[in-house]
Amino acid sequence: MRILFQLLVLLATAPAAAVIRVDINSGTASPLPVAVPTFPATADAATAAGTTSALGNQVAAIIAADLGSSGLFRPVDAVVVVVPADVTAPRFDAWRASPAQALVTGNVTANPDGGVTVGCYAYDVASSEELARQGFVTTAANWRRAAHKCADLVYARLTGETGYFDSRIVYVSETGPKTTRIKRLAVMDQDGANHRFLTNGQNLVLTPRFAPNQQTLTYMSFAENRPRVWLYTIGTGRQEAIGEGANMSFSPRFSPDGARLVYSISQNGTTDIYRMDIANRSVTRLTHGPGINTSPSYSPDGSRIVFESDRGGGQQIYTMNADGSGQQRISFGEGRAGTPVWSPRGDLIAFTRLTTGKFRIGVMRPDGSGERLLTNAYQDEGPTWSPNGRVVLFFRTAAGRTGKVDLHSIDLSGTNERTIKTPLDASDPAWSPLLP
Amino acid sequence: MPKRAAAVAMIAILVGVGACSTKKKILPPAPPPIGTPLGGGTSSTTTPAGSDSGTVGTRAVPGSLADFRATSGSDTVLFAYDSYDVDDTAKAILGKQAEWLARYPGVRVTVEGHTDERGTREYNLALGDRRASAAKNFLAAQGVITSRLQTISYGKERPVADGSDDAAYAQNRRAVTVIVSGAR
Repeated sequence: MRILFQLLVLLATAPAAAVIRVDINSGTASPLPVAVPTFPATADAATAAGTTSALGNQVAAIIAADLGSSGLFRPVDAVVVVVPADVTAPRFDAWRASPAQALVTGNVTANPDGGVTVGCYAYDVASSEELARQGFVTTAANWRRAAHKCADLVYARLTGETGYFDSRIVYVSETGPKTTRIKRLAVMDQDGANHRFLTNGQNLVLTPRFAPNQQTLTYMSFAENRPRVWLYTIGTGRQEAIGEGANMSFSPRFSPDGARLVYSISQNGTTDIYRMDIANRSVTRLTHGPGINTSPSYSPDGSRIVFESDRGGGQQIYTMNADGSGQQRISFGEGRAGTPVWSPRGDLIAFTRLTTGKFRIGVMRPDGSGERLLTNAYQDEGPTWSPNGRVVLFFRTAAGRTGKVDLHSIDLSGTNERTIKTPLDASDPAWSPLLP
Repeated sequence: MPKRAAAVAMIAILVGVGACSTKKKILPPAPPPIGTPLGGGTSSTTTPAGSDSGTVGTRAVPGSLADFRATSGSDTVLFAYDSYDVDDTAKAILGKQAEWLARYPGVRVTVEGHTDERGTREYNLALGDRRASAAKNFLAAQGVITSRLQTISYGKERPVADGSDDAAYAQNRRAVTVIVSGAR
């Protein structure tokens, strides 16, 4: 069920240079006030997802929630009742009475083919200038994605960075006692909507990761008591074991072009990293011990791989070329370091820092310099990056008998920590690329 | 009923062995097994845990899982933090497991490797594999042919103790020999 999005270029003059701008590095300290009033309905028409006026209400709420969740924006109450004519010609004098510095408005119209068009307009209130406008045409079922795309447009225009709201999260849903946890793959929109379980909990499953096309997952399953790497096709529900042989394979991740997997195989107590060409299943060994070598993650250009190894005595982070050459340690400092994940921007590596009794999420440059710890709790583990490399999502396990575990996100600046709501406990998140 | 009585007795044996061979502080706050007299209706027909367990233990059918556990002392060996060294206590247990396996050559086992929760998920899968392999290799060195021995690692996914303290961690760092076929 591939979803096609059609961009509609709304007639507009080229926007003038924005007067307002959000500083992405310090913006969470003083978020930009933004008003997102209910999108007015020109003609209230029925769609498969509800009336266009009801959708206009919900679309505005989603945009406000998206922008607010970034910590860079502060949604404020609308002081002006927006009528259809205001969408293209806002009454700026009235808006200037509110704290809002930016105004996001638009409309939802029903299309003859049953789909909807969401028009998205952003304005600088102080200067009365238009910042951005775009129309998103999609199926009625996909209306939330159009709202996320509008929020991404506003985010990009005001921060200068690509947005991340039209994206999804795959993770492991957990329930039951700590000693006999039931784990299921689940997928949801970045904001928790459209939640869906992918497996039934019969088999222990771990570490799902998206393919670049977002349609395929790789993960580890204990199905048939043979722990190994599997593929899952989201559209069809097809599951396929790809780890062969009797040895455990685990910790899989796709290459940036989606053609390969990197993962670990354990054999008689030693664990090494391998690469598989998915098309012909040919396997190349990339590390040759000693010790445990696991958690491989490609750089976004596919030329390098970051991974963890205890070859030096304790768990530390290393990089190598994609062919396995040039292996070198990059993490130093107190304690151990594991679960490295290369940022989609390429500039940073997120990882788990293990110190006495604690796991914390940190980031460092690919040469190991500039280490910063972002979180502080009993066990924060398993970071994954937002598609634009600005936000890190991870799972937090509480100490004690409940084993309570849930998903949290934090801005790269170490601020704006948020809990991601899930129906049950949650671990092992992986953020998708931005959807097409 | 006799079966249940035997099971209760076996648990009593395991607890007794644990008290002798390990430090007191790592003993679990074990919940009472089913059938333990707590004033319930089964008390009149079961042997109270801890009393006379030796004689009842001999009821285990030779070649059975219960017999394996009783003869070996335990199906479980423990490890130090982030270690897969088989220590003397573990060697004694595994040695008895190997003797028992020599008597029952039709039995096949899987050695499960487990970790405590103080490691990241993927590292712990690898560490669990190290522990399972270390126990398996010790059994093999005692003469058990490797075609009878399989390993599986559960990492930190299947603790036996659910606390987040040293006592729980110690119990969870383990390799468990599980009979998969051939037992009576």
